[in-house]
Amino acid sequence: MPLPKIKHVAGRAVCVPGDDIDTDRIIPARFMKCVTFDGLGQYAFYDVRFDPDSGKPLNHPLDRLEHKNAAILISGNNFGCGSSREHAPQALQKFGIRAVVAGSFAEIFFGNCTTLGIPCVSVADADREKLVQQLSANPAADACVDLEALKVRVGECSVPCTIKEGARKALLEGQWDAIGLLLEGAAQAGQLEAELHYLVKRA
Amino acid sequence: MDTPRAGQGQNLFQKVWKAHTVRTLPNGQVQLFIGLHLIHEVTSPQAFGMLRDLGLKVPYPHRTFATVDHIVPTDTRAEPFRDELAQGMIDALRTACKEFGIAFFDLHSGRQGIVHVIGPELGLTQPGQTIACGDSHTSTHGAFGAIAFGIGTSQVRDVLATQTMALDPLKVRRIEVNGKLGLGVYAKDVILHIIRKLGVKGGTGYAYEFAGSVFDAFSMEERMTVCNMSIEGGARVGYVNPDATTFAYLKGRPYAPQGAEWDAAVARWKALASDPGAAYDDVVKIDAAEIRPTVTWGINPGQAIFVDENVPTVEGAPAEQKAGVAEALEYMKLPAGAPIKGAKVDVCFIGSCTNSRISDLREVAKYVKGRRVAAGVKALVVPGSEQIRDQAVKEGLDKIYREAGFEWRDAGCSMCLAMNPDKLAGDQLCASSSNRNFKGRQGSPTGRTILMSPLMVAAAALTGQVSDCREVFEVEAVGTD
Repeated sequence: MPLPKIKHVAGRAVCVPGDDIDTDRIIPARFMKCVTFDGLGQYAFYDVRFDPDSGKPLNHPLDRLEHKNAAILISGNNFGCGSSREHAPQALQKFGIRAVVAGSFAEIFFGNCTTLGIPCVSVADADREKLVQQLSANPAADACVDLEALKVRVGECSVPCTIKEGARKALLEGQWDAIGLLLEGAAQAGQLEAELHYLVKRA
Repeated sequence: MDTPRAGQGQNLFQKVWKAHTVRTLPNGQVQLFIGLHLIHEVTSPQAFGMLRDLGLKVPYPHRTFATVDHIVPTDTRAEPFRDELAQGMIDALRTACKEFGIAFFDLHSGRQGIVHVIGPELGLTQPGQTIACGDSHTSTHGAFGAIAFGIGTSQVRDVLATQTMALDPLKVRRIEVNGKLGLGVYAKDVILHIIRKLGVKGGTGYAYEFAGSVFDAFSMEERMTVCNMSIEGGARVGYVNPDATTFAYLKGRPYAPQGAEWDAAVARWKALASDPGAAYDDVVKIDAAEIRPTVTWGINPGQAIFVDENVPTVEGAPAEQKAGVAEALEYMKLPAGAPIKGAKVDVCFIGSCTNSRISDLREVAKYVKGRRVAAGVKALVVPGSEQIRDQAVKEGLDKIYREAGFEWRDAGCSMCLAMNPDKLAGDQLCASSSNRNFKGRQGSPTGRTILMSPLMVAAAALTGQVSDCREVFEVEAVGTD
């Protein structure tokens, strides 16, 4: 099945500040009691959006009118650390996020996002600060993550970004979900399996 | 840190990676064959849904094993569960395993338990394997000299449908801990100390090879505790080279090779260990003598101090950490600059894939026997598997815990992530033998977690506050010969 080529993501941006934002914060475990990913969007970053006692909305940037339908999430270093739960990128995607800009990413989260076609690009601290300043001056500014030029732009402010070359290539060429390629290697995988000495199927 | 690259030989990671490489993909990633796939009820039902949507089959069903752990109640296991959603998840997994022909260690089978506990205890986990599981603590299995990856649900789908997945190769950092561990210092303290030193993202892009005289002397269960938390240091993979301790642990286990096959397997396993003089991308050396019983004070596992140190202050923190320290202090409500010892605890939890094995339960029972949990403290002991539960009962450990005022529970993940009914309430402070102290981790959005070794949890339970196990108990040396 052909996948879209993801060359850039454009839209509004929103910032959730802080380093080491873990996947428990992106989606708390209590919302993972489900057998599909449908409907997870409403629980993204739940515990910073809603008061833990009253359940009332806290007017978090994610819920503000000026960031409505934001497609680009900006955060700090080591974003997505902790649990391997794909519920985290699924919740972000279903919330409307289509690209993440951070200082750096935890590895499993980065891979999970790429497989869903969500580019995760890294931007140096000082440059990210410029983007955030631009965003606070003009919260509804249009923004863009450009994977071809390797730039992130918020309003008039454009800064360089980086992404693992393999992921970039996969996104640009519409091969970010590996299942098709992996199935093409089935015969070779079968040959390798026959040479493995462990957990061999008994007749 | 020094960076020797000149080595001639190969390390275990390189050997196992090479042996499982199917091919290189167009984007430069490697299609890696996964020899053992473990699944559970939280991250696999959606993957089976994807298989059905795509009309895909499971070509190697004998390489996947399932159990149920995250959502299982530990007080009563009568079905239907009070939580309908939890019941739906276990039912979905049962249906999928039947449909796709996958072995399932269900409740009451005698083999159910936390996925990272039962893999090793059944002998499924073996040296030289590639292992994947939709859970970040899959790194645990590296204790056997396997390369074990935590993966997301789409990759669970990939492994089910092809027994392979697409991965970037990792660099390898050798972490040597040499010398003699002090009294009351456990494997948990060793890994908390490593993460404190190298940081929660220090391991990104690396596999950690744990070595040195401390690891040589460690039991398999101690090695598992350390490898388990590799991911908390950012390393997706952690491992220890297989040796006589590994082979002795595996011999006779249900899925371990038997008879002549056993001898051939041991010969293969020995050859997989890192060569003397193997090349590494980085080497870190730590003196065992510098490690003291360690506790976290913040909201990630790297925010840790020795139990006799003071909680940090924002002023005293390096510039790049000030914001993080301030955020953690605000959430944890611990007085900055004051001793952590004496912080009043509400709940004490001994369990999780980090520390719920029989050696953990034996060690703590030895010290709590004949003593009492402090008034007002809720203390739980949750064995990691049905086998551990049964063994503990056979040895009378359950009785020791009950008489001391601990609640003795059934096997599961329980309060490590609180997907079952075991949760913190409000801003309760929990002394926990688990692996994550993230905000809201233990089921309450304002609940607070302090990570520590099981014996430190017991010390907190008996005194009602964060305490030094070396002062509460007459501790004996462990982990060294």
